[in-house]
Amino acid sequence: MLEFEDIQHFLLTRTPAQAARYEFLSFRKREASRAWLAGMVDKVGTGKSVGDASPDSRWITVAFTWNGLRALGLNEDSLGTFPAEFRQGMAARAQVVGTTGDNHPEKWVGGLASPDLHAIAILFARDVAERERCQKEHDHYLAEISGVERLSALDLEAAYPGEPREHFGYRDRVSHPVIEGTGEEPPPGAGPPIKAGEFFLGYADESGQPPMMPQPETLSRNGSYLAYVRMEEHVGAFREFLRQQGHTRDEQELIAAKLMGRWRSGAPLVLAPKKDDPALGVDLQRTDNFNYAGMDPYGYSCPVGSHIRRMNPRDTVENMRMRKMIRRGGTYGPRLPEGVPEDGVERGIAAFIGCASLVRQFEFAMNVWVNDPNFKNLGNERDPLVGTQDGSYDITIPRRPIKKVIKGLPAFTTIRGGAYFFLPGIKALRYLADGSGAIRRVMKAS
Amino acid sequence: MATRPLPKESPTPQAVPTTKEDWTQPRALAIPKEGYFKVEQGRYGPVYPQTPANYGFSVIGKVKPGREQAIRDYGKTIEEAVKADPFVLGPLKLHYLRWVLFDVGSGLHFMYQGIFDTDFDKYVEDAVVLFNQTGVTSVFTNLEGWPEDWRTNVPAVINFFREHQCPSFLEYGEYPYVSADEVKKALKLKQSFSDMLDQMQ
Repeated sequence: MLEFEDIQHFLLTRTPAQAARYEFLSFRKREASRAWLAGMVDKVGTGKSVGDASPDSRWITVAFTWNGLRALGLNEDSLGTFPAEFRQGMAARAQVVGTTGDNHPEKWVGGLASPDLHAIAILFARDVAERERCQKEHDHYLAEISGVERLSALDLEAAYPGEPREHFGYRDRVSHPVIEGTGEEPPPGAGPPIKAGEFFLGYADESGQPPMMPQPETLSRNGSYLAYVRMEEHVGAFREFLRQQGHTRDEQELIAAKLMGRWRSGAPLVLAPKKDDPALGVDLQRTDNFNYAGMDPYGYSCPVGSHIRRMNPRDTVENMRMRKMIRRGGTYGPRLPEGVPEDGVERGIAAFIGCASLVRQFEFAMNVWVNDPNFKNLGNERDPLVGTQDGSYDITIPRRPIKKVIKGLPAFTTIRGGAYFFLPGIKALRYLADGSGAIRRVMKAS
Repeated sequence: MATRPLPKESPTPQAVPTTKEDWTQPRALAIPKEGYFKVEQGRYGPVYPQTPANYGFSVIGKVKPGREQAIRDYGKTIEEAVKADPFVLGPLKLHYLRWVLFDVGSGLHFMYQGIFDTDFDKYVEDAVVLFNQTGVTSVFTNLEGWPEDWRTNVPAVINFFREHQCPSFLEYGEYPYVSADEVKKALKLKQSFSDMLDQMQ
C-alpha cells in the first residue's frame, strides 16, 4: 500500500498548472536552512492532499542535492549510504550522461554545476499571476530567514497555452507509466501497472525486491531521485532542417514525424504510418496501443533510431519495465511564431525525470538509448532530438526499396544545465528540518 | 565504343584500407595493462574498449572449499536451460562462453570467459537479471568475495564482476568486429540463396 500521505505529490499527480517556477537554492547557514525547510514542509503537497481534481492554485515540491543534505547537517555515515552517482552529481557524470561539447557542465547556466547548489523549490501554479504571488511570498520568506540564498531561478509557461506541446510543436504527455497501487487503470497497450519500487524507495520493484535504501529508513522511505535537465530547443534550426529535407508541408511534417516517431499531433507512426491522424493523437485509449517487434520490426513506419523508439523501445529490449521513468516539467521561454526567424532567445524544456535508481534508469536511458551511436546496430546515430549531436551523426529512415540516410544531423537541442536531487517523503523532510540526522549514528548499508 | 576484355582469371583482390569495419582483414590488438587505452567513464567505472574480438570479459574467482562439484553441476544446468529454450541466453549477445576450473597451486579457481557484442557496462543490469533467472548467479555464490546481499544489491554484484575481471592484453579477430547477428544474417542469406536455387530447379 502506497503511503500517499508521506509521498510528495510530484511524481504521483499531474497538476493543471499553466505556469511554474524553479528556484535553485544554496544553504549558507545550517540553522537558517533547517528553519527554511521547517517552514516549507507544511506547504509541500502530498499524494493524499493533491489529487487529479486538486482545488489548489499552487503546488510546491522540495528536493535536495547530496551537497544540500550535507549542508543541512546530515551525518557522514548517512551521507555515505547514498548511491555513488547521486553523491557525485550530474555534472561529474557528464561523460556518462553525454553532456559533452556544447552541453558540457562548464557551459551550464544558473550555477547548476556548482557544489553550492543545495536544493530546489519547485512551484507549479494555475497561472502566471498565482506564480508571481507565490514568488513574492517566497522572496519575503527568504529575506526573513537570512541564510538561504537563491542561486538562480527559471520561470516556465506553457508554450501553447491550454495544450501540452513543446516548442518544436510536438504534443507532449502522450503516455506515462501507471504506478501499481495508485488505482489508475493503464490504457490499452501499456501493460500492467509498474511496481511502485521503480519510483519510490521502500517498495518492491520489478525485480520483486525492495531497492537499496540510504540509511536511516526514516530519511529514504517514500523518497525518489530526480534528474533535472534544462534543455534548450533550437527552433529556428529545427524548422530550417525540415525545410531543407521536405519540399512540401506534408513532406516536412513526415520528416518531423520520423525524427520523433509520432506526428506532431501525437499520433504514433506505427498506427498512422502514411498520414497524420490528429484524433488518434489525443485519444489516450488508442495512442499508446502498439508495439515494434510485432507491428514494425524493420522500422518502415517508425525508424529504429527515432526519439520515442529509443526512449521506450517497448517489446524490442529486455527488462523494459525496470527502465521506466516519470517525467515532470514544462516549457520555458517565449514561443517562436511560425514564419519568424530564429531570434536568439533561449527557449526549451526544463524537466525532471523521477526514478528509484539514477544509474539504472536515467543514466541508462541517456548513456545507451539516447547517446550510444551503435544502439540497435545503427552504427552512427544518436537520438535525433535529444542526443548529443555535433553534426557527425546520421538518422536512417527505412523505406522500400532503399532506406533514406540523412547525414550530419545538426543539434536541435543543447543541455544548458542539470542536477541530481533527492525528493524525500514528508517524514524525511521533518527529519532533515529538525536536525535528527545530524546527531544520530547509523549503520552503513553493507 | 571499345570494351575491355574480361580477365582470364579472377583479379587479385585489391588491398583494402584496414578500417574497424573491414571484416576482410584479420586484426590483432595489444591492450594496455589497465584494459583500456583512455579512460572513458561508464556508469559503473571505466569502459573496456571493443577489440577485433568484440567485447568480453574473463572473470576469475577463487572457489570456496568443497564447492567444486556444485560448480561443475551448473554446467549441466545451463546445458539443460539452453536445450529447453535455445534463446535463453540471447540477451547477452554472446559469441562464445567458456567456463574453466583450474588450480595452479593457489587453490581452485573458476574462470567465466565470455565473448559478446555489447559493451558490458551498458547492459550489465540485463545480464544480472538473466544470470539470476538462469542460475548463473548461483555459480558465483560458490566463489569467495561474492556479495551476501546479491539478490537486492545489484551495484555490489557489478562491483564483484569489475573487481574480478582480468582484462586481456591481446585480442585477435579473424573476421574482426563482426557481430553474432551479422554472422547469423550472412548464414541466413546463404541459406536463402540456397533455397532460391532449389526453387529454380
